[in-house]
Amino acid sequence: MQIPTIVGAGLIVIGAGLGIGKIGGSAMDAIARQPEASGKIQTAMLIAAALIEGIGFAALFAS
Amino acid sequence: MVISKKPLHFIVATLVAFLPLVTVANPTNDTTAVAHTSVATETATEHHEGESKDLKTEIKEFINHHLQDSYDFHLFSYEDDAKVEHHIGFPLPVILWDNGLQLFSSSKFHHGESAAESNGNYYRLFHGKIYKVANADEQVAVDAKHHATNEKPFDFSITKNVFMMLVVSIIMFLLFTSLAKSYAKNGGIAKGAGRFFEPIILYIRDDIAIPNIGKNYKKYMSYLLTIFFFVWFLNIFGLTPLGVNVTGNIAITAGLALITYLITTFTANKNYWGHIFWMPGVPAPMKLVLAPIELLGTIIKPFSLMIRLYANIVAGHVVLMSIIGLMFIFKNWLGSSLSFVLAFALSLLEILVAALQAYIFTMLSALYFGAANEEHHHDDAHH
Repeated sequence: MQIPTIVGAGLIVIGAGLGIGKIGGSAMDAIARQPEASGKIQTAMLIAAALIEGIGFAALFAS
Repeated sequence: MVISKKPLHFIVATLVAFLPLVTVANPTNDTTAVAHTSVATETATEHHEGESKDLKTEIKEFINHHLQDSYDFHLFSYEDDAKVEHHIGFPLPVILWDNGLQLFSSSKFHHGESAAESNGNYYRLFHGKIYKVANADEQVAVDAKHHATNEKPFDFSITKNVFMMLVVSIIMFLLFTSLAKSYAKNGGIAKGAGRFFEPIILYIRDDIAIPNIGKNYKKYMSYLLTIFFFVWFLNIFGLTPLGVNVTGNIAITAGLALITYLITTFTANKNYWGHIFWMPGVPAPMKLVLAPIELLGTIIKPFSLMIRLYANIVAGHVVLMSIIGLMFIFKNWLGSSLSFVLAFALSLLEILVAALQAYIFTMLSALYFGAANEEHHHDDAHH
């Protein structure tokens, strides 16, 4: 039986969602520990989240 | 004084958030009215189901139509009492290169219903693209897969997207030249719109350009500021009732990403190329393996810029319009209120995404420029 590509895309989106969630959670932890560095942490968080998001979208459009 | 302005800001933000509702509500509203009258006359249930299926495809077509570029600036359509459809909008110039320059107004297509004639050549619209046909009565020929087989002339038309980009360019030019003049007049103190834009420009300089690029940041500032405001303004325009979808067009994001790629490539110093073709500090066999990967990486970076902006904007528009479309599928108080609340929340989110995507595009561009400009001062680190 052939597995439809949309299933693979769904798996990748689950992975991307988990990844972005992990980044957000860790950034929250980091900001709670060091509130004065929140600006730098946010920047780094957004870049990492954007890079993962790119993979998620690539999967969506490939399916 | 500052606090008293807050309610006003909130009202303006709320109004902007509601604007997309108006865009989508207008055309589909009429179709539901028609659907209602026909359902009232026909009591058979299976007819009702067929009607709702038609509505679903109609919403799908409406969304697809919105995502496409078009040759006329279409604002909304309505049906009058005699069931005649009226399109409100204005035509844009069509510029073709087909054995000489062909210049005519897109109103000649009559919204795709008839062929346009120019210097003895005939052109016809087919799925939003212009094809050449032999005479005024001929239709565009299609093959088995429903792809057109007719010849396509070279197309340099001022389409809706090109028109909106010109509008935004003019707005940006007037806005920022007037800002520069007001700074010169007031001795470097922000005034009027400058009070809004100064923190943003300083943020791009101090938090995006300087930390990522380093001491050579000045020559990239003009590009970073331009790309940030261009993408941001176009994203915001995509949320207005004009119904434009410029940054949600892959050709345009590809163009923007290509500029970033060209600037990165042509301003790169020898360390950048050294790290790509002959990575220092790794064994020689690994250098051979890494070179093609790094070379591919230079192309993947702008490619991901292109996909990210395009996909975010398209996804936002599709989800927003689908949620508004729920209102016309449910046709009861529950669906309407649900769709209203969801669309409101999502519109607020889309305003955030509009700024965030512009920021990410600028940030990653700065990051790539920084990588291309890195000085080789960590010699010890490679042992």
